[in-house]
Amino acid sequence: MSNQIVQGILLGGYYALIACGLSFMFSVMRIINLAHGSLAVFSAYALWWLASRFHISPFVGLLIVLPLMAAIGWVLQRFLLERSARGGALLPILTTFGLAIVIDNALFEQFGADTRSLAPYIGSLSYDSWEWPGSIYVGKLAVIMFAAAVVMLGGLQLFLTRTRLGRSIRATSEDPDTAGLVGVDARRASALAAAIAMVTVGLAGAFLGMRATFDPYTGAPQLLFAFEAAVIGGAGSLWGTLLGGIVLALAQTLGAQVHPQGFLIGGHVAFLIVLFIRLSTSGLGLRGLVRLPARKTT
Amino acid sequence: MDGSANVILSAAGIHKRFGALVVLDDIDFAMNADEAIGIVGPNGAGKTTLLSVLSGAFPPSAGTVAFRDGDVTALPATARCRLGLVRTHQVPKPFSGMTTFENVFVAASHGAGLGRDEAYEEALASLKLCGMLGVANRRAETLGLLDRKRLELARALAVRPTLLLLDEIGGGLTDGEASELVDTIKELRRRKIGIVWIEHIVHILLQVAERLICMDAGKIIADGEPQTVMADPEVVRAYLGGGPK
Amino acid sequence: MSLLAVENLVVRHGLLQAVRGVSFSIERGETLALVGANGAGKTTLLRAIAGAHQPTAGRVLLDGADITGVPSHKRVGMGVALVPEGRKLFVQMTVEENLLLGKTAGRPGDWSVERVLDTFPNLKPRRHAKTGHLSGGEQQATAIGRALMSNPELLLLDEVSLGLSPLVVDRVYASLQGLISSGTTIILVEQDLNRALSVSDKVICMLEGRVALEGPSKGMSRDEVTKAYFGLHRKSAGSVPA
Repeated sequence: MSNQIVQGILLGGYYALIACGLSFMFSVMRIINLAHGSLAVFSAYALWWLASRFHISPFVGLLIVLPLMAAIGWVLQRFLLERSARGGALLPILTTFGLAIVIDNALFEQFGADTRSLAPYIGSLSYDSWEWPGSIYVGKLAVIMFAAAVVMLGGLQLFLTRTRLGRSIRATSEDPDTAGLVGVDARRASALAAAIAMVTVGLAGAFLGMRATFDPYTGAPQLLFAFEAAVIGGAGSLWGTLLGGIVLALAQTLGAQVHPQGFLIGGHVAFLIVLFIRLSTSGLGLRGLVRLPARKTT
Repeated sequence: MDGSANVILSAAGIHKRFGALVVLDDIDFAMNADEAIGIVGPNGAGKTTLLSVLSGAFPPSAGTVAFRDGDVTALPATARCRLGLVRTHQVPKPFSGMTTFENVFVAASHGAGLGRDEAYEEALASLKLCGMLGVANRRAETLGLLDRKRLELARALAVRPTLLLLDEIGGGLTDGEASELVDTIKELRRRKIGIVWIEHIVHILLQVAERLICMDAGKIIADGEPQTVMADPEVVRAYLGGGPK
Repeated sequence: MSLLAVENLVVRHGLLQAVRGVSFSIERGETLALVGANGAGKTTLLRAIAGAHQPTAGRVLLDGADITGVPSHKRVGMGVALVPEGRKLFVQMTVEENLLLGKTAGRPGDWSVERVLDTFPNLKPRRHAKTGHLSGGEQQATAIGRALMSNPELLLLDEVSLGLSPLVVDRVYASLQGLISSGTTIILVEQDLNRALSVSDKVICMLEGRVALEGPSKGMSRDEVTKAYFGLHRKSAGSVPA
């Protein structure tokens, strides 16, 4: 049993990685990015293409793909999301939903329906494991993933609290109008935040490709996991996201213990229970899902 | 204030608290059926809250409201509306997607509970009175600010009020527009409709009000003839602070 | 040349015309007080000067240069800082973080976190407290300090005494007196007429989006301002029904 718990916690690292960008974009730009999973799959395909075509190891490939994802985030915010946000709160959701469809089908068009994986390109890392006391075997990749999640969340936390740019982003997320009045370029801060969010998505996509297989339509389930982990952890809280990822993974592991096909059900049940508790105890209705103060209006 | 037989609306010992915040602090108020009363006061004085308590938008924390000899403290706004106590809002909220006429028609048929033909006539008469026949078939969301304010007025009139409560209906209008609005309200006075009007723009209010009430910090600090009230040192102090004592 | 000149400025909020053709100018080192009833357009005028509202017509000139189309964050870099009505602090952030945000524009000058804390000693023990937990006076000091951190040439103060006890207001104005005598140009909105007249060189009274009265604060009578404030000097005042 302790073996399963350890595996569950480590899997939680992956969910935290994929939820991090979703929750970050939501807390800073108030945008629920439904293209989140598809963008992660896009990143996985980009790494796969570099590896299969040019024999570039996925870890080296990240040096190319992550800056590309950052640029995509910047452009998305500046030319798509910022404009659609002017049309009300619903429009960005629809926009990203449409974007997800476009990305999924473009990937299908380009790469076909075949299932791919990055596992063949990372050597023995995909199956190697360490033996821990108590004859627990942990996959090296799972440990790396978990460490990456902790480093990324911690790094983001430090960036947001300790640097001038981080403070600008937080100020913009709290009150863009007043941020402008103290000298912060709110549009730039939002575009930068989108770029950062996409870097985390790119990293999540890389691990998705290494630990499992993907096809052009893998985005939707990834979005679902990200969404569940973010809501369980309380959207808008970075460390909460890690906790949310772990809870989701443990619930899935437990579900699989109960019934061979209970893996996904276990996660959904945990998600619904947390959702129900949040809705009934916060007294705020759906707004209680979010650990954010209402944005000030002027 | 005298001749209590003629009193149409009165409020006694009104208190209103929102949490720890006391917005209305022991208000006593009475008016005759054919009076036109202006209410002024700095921001946060409790004017709009008083109007809401009078109209029934929410109940007072303590005190009673009486209208036409009956205690209406427990009656909701819709019921008071059918008795003839009608209120307009600070920010005009026309039903969009409907024409001006339809907006007023809905008020006449639902607010006043009139039958179809009668409601039609009433809506038409209200629009005419407010000088809105020319825009009767325009969609309400395309109207300019003056017409929106007039529509707010026309909707209130279609309910056949005996007493109108107006909340900052003059705000944001140009001088010309404001005087058109004043003309319309003067016409209502000729039809013996009682008026309670909250307005920041004092000089517009003074063209209609025969009696002025000044509120500050939830209390009535002056009540009487408009010019006398505006010259009252207490009133000037409420607005401009400090002052020679 | 005037430090700031506003020419025929018109600012709308949707259908509402909040500022209707306002013109005035202020010289370097002057203090201008804006008074007027609620809804007269003072806050909108200040926000348009700070660049938070785009005017429909008219111009804003800083040191003779047209800055009408310049966004607010760039105006901070040019030396225009607004202390907004209601303080508008970032309540999730600490006093120090709020102050440091004021430095974002990077204008050179000698304001620092230390100097703000020396100017408002009541903030010293609260340096690392979230501003949402501060008292009204501490919040106001933080808001003023945040504006000062950008080393402004023109400081716009919107109702800094709102919601503060008279004692705290006295303290805020005492620290402003230091700024005024050090030559900072200030435009302030103040409800208390006596206070407005006593700290300013020039006073403008607004009524329904227009300038109803303008003149030097010295020798301006309370009665004169009161009439302009309520619009009682107009023709309409005479035609009150008996």
